[in-house]
Formats: sequence, structure tokens, C-alpha cells
Amino acid sequence: MVRRVSTRHTNAMRIIPSWLREFVDIAVDDRQLAEDLTSAGIAVESVQQENGETIYEMDLTTNRVDAMNHYGVAREASAIYDIELKKVEPRLPKPKVRRSPPPNVSGPIGMTSFAEELNTADTGTFPIVIEDPHGCARYTARVMRNVKIGASPDLIVKRLELLGSRSINNAADATNYAINELGHPTHAFDLDLLEGGTVIVRRAREGEVLKTLDGVDRKLTTEDLVIADGKKPVALAGVMGGFDTMITEGTKNVLIESAWFEPWTVRSMAKRHGMHTDASHRFERGADFGITPLACDRVAELILQSAGGELDGVRIDTIGRELKRPPLPLRHSEIKRNLGIDLAQLQVERILRRLGFETNGTADPSAPPSASSGSARDDNFGEGTSNRLSVHVPTWRLDVEREIDLLEELARIYGYNNFPNTLPAFTGGVVELPDEPKNAKVREIMLALGYDEAISITFIPEQEAQTFLDSSSAKTHADAAPEPLAVANPLNEESAYMRTSLLPGLINMVAYNLNRGTTNVRLFEAGEIFEKLGERHDERRHLGFAATGDAITKSVHRTQPEPYTFFHMKGDMEKMLSAFEHQSLQFDTTVPACFHPGRSARAEMDGATVAVFGQLHPQLAAERKLRQEVYIAEVMLDRLYQHRLREPRYQRISKFPAVGRDFSFVFDDAVTFERIRFSVSELNLGDVQSFAPAEVYRGEKVGAGKYSVLLHAEFQSQERTLRDDEVAQWSTQIIAKLEALGGVLRAQ
Amino acid sequence: MNLKTNAMYSVPKLEDYSPDGLERARNEFLSALDTDVLNATTEEEWKAARDRWMSRKSGLLSQINDTWLKSSPPEHRRNTGQLVNELKEIVTGQFSQTPDAILGRTKNQALAAERLDISLPGIQRAIGVKHPVLRVMDEIVAVFKAMGYSVGEGPEVETDYYNFESLNFPPNHPARDTQDTLFIAGQERKPARERLLLRTHTSPVQIRTMEKQAPPLRIVIPGKVHRNDPLDATHSPLFHQVEGLAVDTNITFCDLKGTLDHAMKALFGSSVKTRFYPSFFPFTEPSADMQVSCIFCGGKGCRTCKFSGWIELLGCGMVDPNVFEFVKDNGYDSSKISGFAFGMGVERIALLKYGVEGIQLFYEGDVRFLEQFS
Repeated sequence: MVRRVSTRHTNAMRIIPSWLREFVDIAVDDRQLAEDLTSAGIAVESVQQENGETIYEMDLTTNRVDAMNHYGVAREASAIYDIELKKVEPRLPKPKVRRSPPPNVSGPIGMTSFAEELNTADTGTFPIVIEDPHGCARYTARVMRNVKIGASPDLIVKRLELLGSRSINNAADATNYAINELGHPTHAFDLDLLEGGTVIVRRAREGEVLKTLDGVDRKLTTEDLVIADGKKPVALAGVMGGFDTMITEGTKNVLIESAWFEPWTVRSMAKRHGMHTDASHRFERGADFGITPLACDRVAELILQSAGGELDGVRIDTIGRELKRPPLPLRHSEIKRNLGIDLAQLQVERILRRLGFETNGTADPSAPPSASSGSARDDNFGEGTSNRLSVHVPTWRLDVEREIDLLEELARIYGYNNFPNTLPAFTGGVVELPDEPKNAKVREIMLALGYDEAISITFIPEQEAQTFLDSSSAKTHADAAPEPLAVANPLNEESAYMRTSLLPGLINMVAYNLNRGTTNVRLFEAGEIFEKLGERHDERRHLGFAATGDAITKSVHRTQPEPYTFFHMKGDMEKMLSAFEHQSLQFDTTVPACFHPGRSARAEMDGATVAVFGQLHPQLAAERKLRQEVYIAEVMLDRLYQHRLREPRYQRISKFPAVGRDFSFVFDDAVTFERIRFSVSELNLGDVQSFAPAEVYRGEKVGAGKYSVLLHAEFQSQERTLRDDEVAQWSTQIIAKLEALGGVLRAQ
Repeated sequence: MNLKTNAMYSVPKLEDYSPDGLERARNEFLSALDTDVLNATTEEEWKAARDRWMSRKSGLLSQINDTWLKSSPPEHRRNTGQLVNELKEIVTGQFSQTPDAILGRTKNQALAAERLDISLPGIQRAIGVKHPVLRVMDEIVAVFKAMGYSVGEGPEVETDYYNFESLNFPPNHPARDTQDTLFIAGQERKPARERLLLRTHTSPVQIRTMEKQAPPLRIVIPGKVHRNDPLDATHSPLFHQVEGLAVDTNITFCDLKGTLDHAMKALFGSSVKTRFYPSFFPFTEPSADMQVSCIFCGGKGCRTCKFSGWIELLGCGMVDPNVFEFVKDNGYDSSKISGFAFGMGVERIALLKYGVEGIQLFYEGDVRFLEQFS
């Protein structure tokens, strides 16, 4: 749960504190106000001065669309300081015609009967039909005539500019000003460009096209909700108005739209058309169902003030469906249980009322406090049935749906930092992850062997995903051939697949170092690799390590470096693997194609492949312009972890002398040391402590295709001093075994 | 070799075997011995002197035997014999052991010849270095382990259900947009909640753990997460989080604050202060952002804290009852239990802690960078 301020999904907006002060008489200065708002969750990111005005850059959380305007922020201030929030009451002249009709509710098809009735009148207002009451729950409108489109008053121009918008004309600015003031998106149509004398809110028809205000032709689908006139769509509901019906300098008559569109409908449209507008942003997050008349009137008032003209008829308010929400319970016991402190009932009610909630306590407020509880308790919810409030949530708080949401309102206005810090008692036990000691051991060994820990990017290009697929994948997956796992929306082509191996990342990092002149590199990474297995996928933990350059560097103490070779890597691998219990550990040359075929190996522990390692194939190295030998290793930790960690075992150190014997043999190249060792181990000579090669020689003296090897055996018994004849007999057995492999004994 | 004095001494023929004469010969002999012993300053000289005096064939001791005793008149033979024996004992005693002074001097000279310039650099064996991000992650996890938290883990490729739905992000919810999710290809045929994606936070492990384990519960979840953000100095497609979750019958908002305050003091020192601001996460209610007093300037204001004295470090909150609803069958009844959760970005803390200027440095594998964190 890390909230990142991402520019793409910003809820950044500006607030002008002097505008707030029109709605609440705030006693503190702008800076203090910013701090207090931030403490209550209305985050002021920065406070700036511009043209003599203080400007707040806000960073609001996505749930608080109600506070994305000046009146909403003022309401928060009113709750914080417990001061009155002034009402917004547009002053409009009495309309020339007609009585004020009641709001119209007419079921799924909401048609204003009032408008119908007026349809024939000369100055008739507009009939509004909501064909889709799910997508549009309310559509409020006003008709204005004889307006004069022109410049806006200075105050409006200045405020819009401070908020980062350009002034367009007095009608467009009025809707823009209102959205910043009240938060509700409205739209103004050129009434004379609406054909058919009606406005219909409906789903678009297949094949309909709407040119939106930004000049783009939008191909509509039947899922799009549009505002249409009698003939054509004129606006994408809640997203953007149409180009052809917009207010221009020549506009005389205006229709103001103030509607409530359903969040998901707007969101899916905005997504489908790749449009993210101020209006869609607000509707998506849940606009205020109750404010449409006020917003409509406020826009009308602003237009009247700046563009003149007159109202034609009364406000038309068409309700497709009512958005009613049941009151929420608020139990005093829940405050204590969740927040950890008691809040006095008066305080609770005060906070909620200032935020626009209405509360009905079930306690009888007129009842005198009982004599036995004349203390602070009186202030609380009290006992029995009276410890419960019924809370009506205002229409602008769609985010408040449950009792717990009310608790958050209380907590944030009370002030998070006014809660004491406590530590909970705990009755449970502590459990360790089963692989944790193994992970820790592997890491400890790699660090001790001198490898630096690295983290590489999890994504690789397709070609690498394929190339390195078998380096980790095993034949043990009988069900489906493993494939790379593709990302649907990758960052770029180079990151189209999930890594199938840790090797590409390590090779890249080695290359990164070599390109910067660091020639001795040892890195390891432990992490997940990914595969697609038919319909399933697999995620497994691997260890990768890589080395290049010198095992021991040249220095003032050493004229020649010791280069890192296959056998350094093998030694490191053996050290690592020996940390795990096993019966057998064998190395063979069955390796994936990314390795040098003659300088790489597979490690098989108790019959399962647990690692592959060796020199990176020179061709792959050349493709990556790696000019020195690079060694890479990958360990399948998931399989290695099938084995227990090795438990230390103690064996008494023999008191009896050890006897060494050397055997010098010549073998064919085809006879590997592994075969020699295995052959001797078959003898099961109990007192052979070790059997190891001491020297290997290839060259003229032994001839092509052959090599000589000096083998050293060490005999020692726990119980007694070994007799010469015993050792001689074992030596004879060993020689016989080696001769059976085709070896020629040169000296003993 | 300084044998000047000795060269002057050779065993004289004895003319006078009288007691006085023997006495004189004795003194001359011993005086020469003393001189030789004193002049031998090295082990070699000491050995040479010993040979001169004690060599069986031609040593000065043999000489007095031959020269004095054998040619003594019979009447003085007894005295002469006594004298020779006495001198033999003295000389043998004298040379029986190399004096410490000589030994010490010799050894010191030999050792002095083996002297090294100890100011030359040492031969260092490489020890690998822990990655700075994982190092910080370990430190955070250790703090919570010490507070009785178990460690939890979960997969990096997650389903929509665990990453979003069960964390109270309904399908199509705007809060999903802020997650910049990377999706796995080819999921269209699956039901929405089974579709695979790369987890955008470690929070899915909250649900996974609660499915497995009934309350009470205290877990800390370190892990890797991915988002659709190209790599640059401030963004990364991968980063690490440490998530925490505590659920019990008695967990309150005050406990959340107290736990995190305690943890921050354990991580950054006891003088660190915390403060909390309301925030929004779909899976917590109430939600909060936590700030710590700047760990560099102590709250006075510096570049790191943008002169505010505070650094935003993590998100947290009380577990939303809707989340418990998904694991209700495992004993998570929100009318009886409550819990808190928190999550922090490890890279962010590592960047702050070490003053690293770009997040991409963590993933380049540059050993010049990595080896600074030893």
C-alpha cells in the first residue's frame, strides 16, 4: 500500500484560499489553513504566491471527488474550525413565463410532463427525455435567450487563470467557473443548433459519429451514452460536448445542462475513447446527485451577469431515478473498538453536521442526566439503546457507505495526530517460512565466496526468453512444454516477457561492468523465474551467479593474476551444493546451448538436475561484445530445497597414522576423472579416506589423445594402525580397477 | 671475526710447575678465555670460539692436556692434573650453552633482514556485498520480527482476485488506475478474477495469509512488485515493499499508530517522530499516510525533506471490513475482530538512507556501486 503521486493519474488541482473565504469565515492565515486541511486529509501539496494571490496545489485522494472544488474544501474548513458554511444561493430573476413545476419523476422513461405540456408554446422550454435512467439519473436544464457572448468579467478571468485555465467566453467560462466552485460539471449548448426541439439522453446507435469539442470524430458504439437532439448525438454524456453545437460568438440562445451520470458508464466511455476530461474524472468518481439544480442555477446566474439575456421558463428538472441511500447506524461502541478512544456525542454530532451529515440520536435529548452519572459520561452516547445514532449521508458523499466510513470522518476531523500511540497485546506465535533458513544459507555462502548481490529487471526480450528457456526448465514437467510467459502490456519490446532464467539479467550486468572498465566481476541474484505451462504458469525460485576476470588479481604482491576458470566456478558450486544433504552429486556435460560445450556442466543431485554452469558460449559472448571469458551458473533452488540443509556431523579424529600411496597412470582422454573416481569407489574400501588427482599432464611425452595422471590415495583407520600388507593389497585392487578402465600404470 | 686477542694467546710450554707457576698459567689461560667469550658477539663467532677451545684434536683444552700435563714432571703431575681438570670444567661450562645475549642478537639481526614494508596494502579476499535494497528490507523485517511478526510471502504473478478484488478494488474502479498494472498476455478466456497480472503491491499476501491462518495474526511481508513504469531516476518497473498486517480482537487505530511509531524509532533511532495524515486505500478504512521527522536534519529542514522537516514513508490504515468479508469463513468476522495494515516502499527508504540519486542504480549491477554498501 504505497500511494504514489503519479502524473498520469493525478488528482492535482488548484485552490484559491481567498475564494474559500467567501464561504467560511476562516480566522487563521492561508499557511495555517493549508496545514489544517492537510491534517484532515485534504492535502495541500504546496502553497505558492501568484499575482498577489495565494494558491494551493492540492493532491486529493481519488475517493474525495466532493472536495475537488472550492465549496467542498470550504466545507472541510467549516468542520475543522466548527464554523458556519454559507449557502450558495444564486439570485435569478423571476422567469418571464410560467409557474415553477415540481421535479418530475416518471419511472424508467423520464419525460418532463411539464415540458411536454409546454411543447407547443412559442417561448417553450425544452422537453427532456431520459431514455436510459441507469446511465443518467437526473438531467436538469435551463434555457436562456438573447445572451451576448463575449469576454468574461475580470474576476472570473483572473480566477480561471490562477487555476490554470484559459478564458474562452462568458458562457463557457461560466460552466468552468462553476465546476471549480461547486465541483459539478455542466455544459452549455447553442440552443439554436439543437435540432428537433428536444434533448434525449440515450445510448448511441451503431454507426453514429460525434465530433467532440476537441475536433475529433468519435465513432460511437451502442454502449456509449449520449445527449442527443431530435436527430443526432450532440454530446458524449459526462465526457465532452459536441463540436457542432458548441457556444460560439454568434450564439444567442443557450441550453444549460446539469446532469448526473452514472460513474461506470462514464468511465467505460472515457476509456473506450481514450478521453480523460475534468468532467469524466468527476463523474467517474461519483458526482453529487443533489446539486444539479443549484449548479444549473449558478451557471445561469453567471451567464446573466456576464452575457445578459433572460431566462426562458423555469428550471427543467428531470429525474430518471432517485438515488436514495438508507441512513447509516453509528454505534458508540464501534468508535472505541476501532479507533481506540471515546468521543463525546456532542463532538461526534458536531463533526458530522458540519460535513453535511444529518444525525438523529435515539437518545432522548430532553431527558435530564441521571443523578448517578453526573460526570463526563453525560457527554457520551450513554447507555443501552441510546448509544446509537442514525446518520443520513449527504448526496455528495458517495464514498461514505458504511459505519466504518463514518468513523473515518470522525477520526480525520478529530485529527489523526490527536490519537495516542499504543501497542497491542498479542496472543499468537511466530512462524518462520520453511525456506527461510535455506535462502539465508545460500545467500551467506554466495557472499562468503565473494559474489556481490544484484537485482536485475524481471523482464527480458522474446529472443532471450527463448534462448534461456531450457537453461532452467527441466524435463520433469511431463504435462506441457514450458514456454515463456508474455506480458500483455509491456513497457517496451525489450521487456515483453517474464524472465525464464536469471542468466540474461546477469549477463547484461556483467556486460554493463565490462563496458565501464570494471573487468573483475562476481555477481549473484536469487529470484523468481517464470514459465507458461499450457493454461497454467509456474513461478520458481532460482539462484544465478556470474563471474569474469581474475580469481586472484595482480597486485604489488603478485605479478601474475590468477584468471577465473571453469574450476573456480565448479568449486564455488560444490561449496554451495554441499550445504544440502544428499546421497549423490554428479556432474556431466548435458547442458543447454547457451554454454560453451566443452567448458560447462550439469550438476545432478540424487538424480535431479539442480544446476547448470560454465563458460558462456563464445558466440553469445561475441554477440554481446564481451571480450573476455564470462562464466555463468544457474541453480534451481526450488529443486535444491527439496533437500534438507546439511546438519553438522562430528567424527572423531583418528589417532592412527594415515598412509598415502601414489599411482601414476596414463589414460585415454575419453576416461574422465569422474569414471576413475567412480570405479575406485565401487571397491568400497572402507579405510580409503580420500582419492584425488594430484597432477595431470598432456603432451608429447604421453602422446596425442592420452594423458597422464598422478593419483593419490590416503588410507587411515579409526581403530588401528594399518599394516603394510593391507595397504599393498588395496593398492593392487585399485590398480586392477584402473587398468580395467584402460589405464597403463607407469609408476607406483 | 675479531680473533686478535686469541691469536695472541697460545698455550705456552710450562717451565715453572711450582704452584705459583701453575697459578700464573691458569690466570693467563682464563683471561684469554674471558676475552674470547666477550669478543664473540654472533652465534658464528661463538661457535668458532668454542671450536678453538674445545676442538678434540687441536682445541686449547687438548693442548693444555698435551703440553702441560703430559710433559709435567712426575712430582707436579698431580697438581697439574688438578689444574687441567679444573680448566676443563670451566671451559666446558663456559661453552655448554650459547648465551642468551648472543642468541637474541643473532635472531634479531636475522629477523631484521626479513623486515617488510608493512605500509604496503594488504592482500584482501573479496567478500560479497548484500544488495542495499535487500539490506534495508532485512532491517525492516527484523524490526517487526522482534515485535512478534511472522514472515509471509506470496507469488509475483498474481490473480486479479488477490491483487484487486479481495482488496476491495471492484472491477473498473478508478483506484485501479493508480496501480499501473502489468498484465500477463493471453488471459482473455479466463474469468476476470482469475486473470493473471504482476502484483502491484505485496498486499495480496494479506488475503493469502488470512485464508491459511485464522486470527490472531501478525505478519510482515517483504517482496518484489511490478508496475508499468519505465526505468529512470525516479521510476522503476520493479521495486520492493514490506507489508504488515495485524489482526486480533483488540486492534485499534491507536495501536496502528503506536506500532509504526515504535518501528520507526527502532529503524531510525529513538529521536524520530511520526505523524499521520488521512489518505485513501481501498483496503483500509480509515487510511493514513505516515511521515517521519527527517532522519537527516532531525526536522529542521534540509534538501532531502524539501525543507519540510518531514518525510513521507508509508501508507497504512485499519483493515477495511470488506476485506475481512473475503475471508469471513476463516474466522475473520469484522464485528468481532479488527486489524491494521501498512506498506512501505523499500527502494524509497534505501534512496533516502544512503542518499542515492537514482533508483535505476539499484538494478544495473554496477559493482562500483554495489561494493560501496559493504
